Amino acid sequence: MNALSIHLPALQVIIPLLTAPLAALLRQRGLAWAAATASSLCSLAVAVSLVAAVRNGGLQTYAVGSWEAPYGIELIVDEFSALLLLIVTGASSAALLVAHTSLGKEIAADRQHLFYTAWLLALAGLSGIVVSGDAFNIFVFMEISSLATYILIAGGPRRQALAAVFRYLIMGTIGATFYLIGVGLVYMMTGTLNLADMEARIHEASDLKPVLVAGGFITVGLALKAAVFPLHAWLPNAYTFAPHSVSVFIAACSTKVFLYVLLRFDFFVFQGNLPGHIMQFSGFMLPLAVAAVLFGSAIALMEKDLKMLLAYSSIAQIGYILLGASLVSATGLTAGIAHMFNHALAKGALFLAVACMGTAYGVLSIEGVAGAARRMPFTAAAFVVAGLSLIGIPGTAGFISKWYLVLAALEFGPGGALLIAPVLAGSVMAVIYIWKVVEAAYFGEAPVAGGRAEAPWWMLSVLWAVVLLNLYFGIQPMLPLELASEAAAALLDRS
Amino acid sequence: MEFLGLYNYWVFAVLLMTGMYAVISRTNLIKKLIGMTIFQAAVFLLYISMDKVEGGTAPIIQADLPGQLYSNPLPQVLILTAIVVGIATLSLGLAIVVRISEAYGTIEEDEIREMDGE
Repeated sequence: MNALSIHLPALQVIIPLLTAPLAALLRQRGLAWAAATASSLCSLAVAVSLVAAVRNGGLQTYAVGSWEAPYGIELIVDEFSALLLLIVTGASSAALLVAHTSLGKEIAADRQHLFYTAWLLALAGLSGIVVSGDAFNIFVFMEISSLATYILIAGGPRRQALAAVFRYLIMGTIGATFYLIGVGLVYMMTGTLNLADMEARIHEASDLKPVLVAGGFITVGLALKAAVFPLHAWLPNAYTFAPHSVSVFIAACSTKVFLYVLLRFDFFVFQGNLPGHIMQFSGFMLPLAVAAVLFGSAIALMEKDLKMLLAYSSIAQIGYILLGASLVSATGLTAGIAHMFNHALAKGALFLAVACMGTAYGVLSIEGVAGAARRMPFTAAAFVVAGLSLIGIPGTAGFISKWYLVLAALEFGPGGALLIAPVLAGSVMAVIYIWKVVEAAYFGEAPVAGGRAEAPWWMLSVLWAVVLLNLYFGIQPMLPLELASEAAAALLDRS
Repeated sequence: MEFLGLYNYWVFAVLLMTGMYAVISRTNLIKKLIGMTIFQAAVFLLYISMDKVEGGTAPIIQADLPGQLYSNPLPQVLILTAIVVGIATLSLGLAIVVRISEAYGTIEEDEIREMDGE
């Protein structure tokens, strides 16, 4: 066990990466699904052991091929990355568990094995971004995960999926290329690609201007990938027209992984080296975060399509995460990082509920699912509880991070108290847009009469497992909070 | 002289903006992809320019030429990877354009938007 445990950071990437061609070779949809799910669950187990290892022994590092950093590629897992790994692998596992049934309607049976291959590559890429401590390696994993995600979204049953994915491809590539330019400029000045080494060497650079430009390129590029307002144009259609199980996967984790890289660069690499950088970061991001919360929630209010509504709500939630981070205080960062975890739980559960509804309903608009509570009572009840978590009702996971966000804002005195307004406004709007769905589902007249059409029991059990986790982490929030506060402390300890 | 010394970087900036402009202003999806490729090619040039050591040769170590000056091979390796990534992105983009043309019968962005009723 001990010999294996030192390889955990590498296994996190290798397991899905090696199973990907296996899924393609199996050629049979059931087998490919089983391989993908088993691999994803193994990754989840690896992530859980990494969380345990990080909590017991601190930083886990791994020199790929025994080439020591900074010359070789270093994999690093700290509290922040461990939490993200939990989100990525958990989201992938939950989504894959329902994918077998959910995908049956959406993708031709003879192509599904290739679809699972792309899924595993996306999982490997996202895990790779999180564990890697090398700037260029992060770029490569970013592109692996992005290319695979484009394929997953293009698998959507409606033709709008193609137009959505094209837009995502163009914007995603521009974002990644901006990041590449930034990394190139830092490399020019420091001669290193290792993040820790970069941090130590930037101050040796004869001129800080290229590093400042690099900071701009990297921040904007990653903000584009993370769908930070106003760079979110690709997100709503991509989430909406993707197959339901893919929506669960990407909505729960993909934007958060890019936010993670964003925070890692701005706080780890640049904070101590560029004078005033963090204040600039905060001044730049804070208005965007507030705008994201208000704009995303307001559009979600008006949306008729269920998935579109949840997608715009995601833009608002990205705003919350960023709002916490741009306060640049221990409480603020803790709130932001914990919200990554809690939002993944809430939004994952909501999209799972949508996937369950997708088994009975063709059109997932608010009028379309009217009366759904009578046809699928368990799914509708799960939607309500997950919705409460999204809103941030006490006793659910969503409450914890929003509470910390309010506390963090209050630390800044009267000016900070002003920031509570958008937080609360966003929550009130969330009450309204979740209520619109709940009202239709419970009190709406069903457009077509139909008997009970509940989703299969295993989809329901996955859905309810995630919903119960929302409640569990609302009452026992120590795990995400401890990891988040350790991560926040590490991010701030740089000046 | 300083301007000439930074010649490569000027070309980089001009190419980058040309590509970006094509991506934003064209409605034809293939032309957008061409713009994206120019945009990426500009970055390849940035990396290749930064590794050049004045008077340096190709980074191949030769036994009979000790102490020779050679260019930094690392950015070349990096950009080789980035070129591969770029090709993969371009081919995936083209494949999606083919599917779009099958599904919509057009590859003009504004017409697609109209058909989707946006």
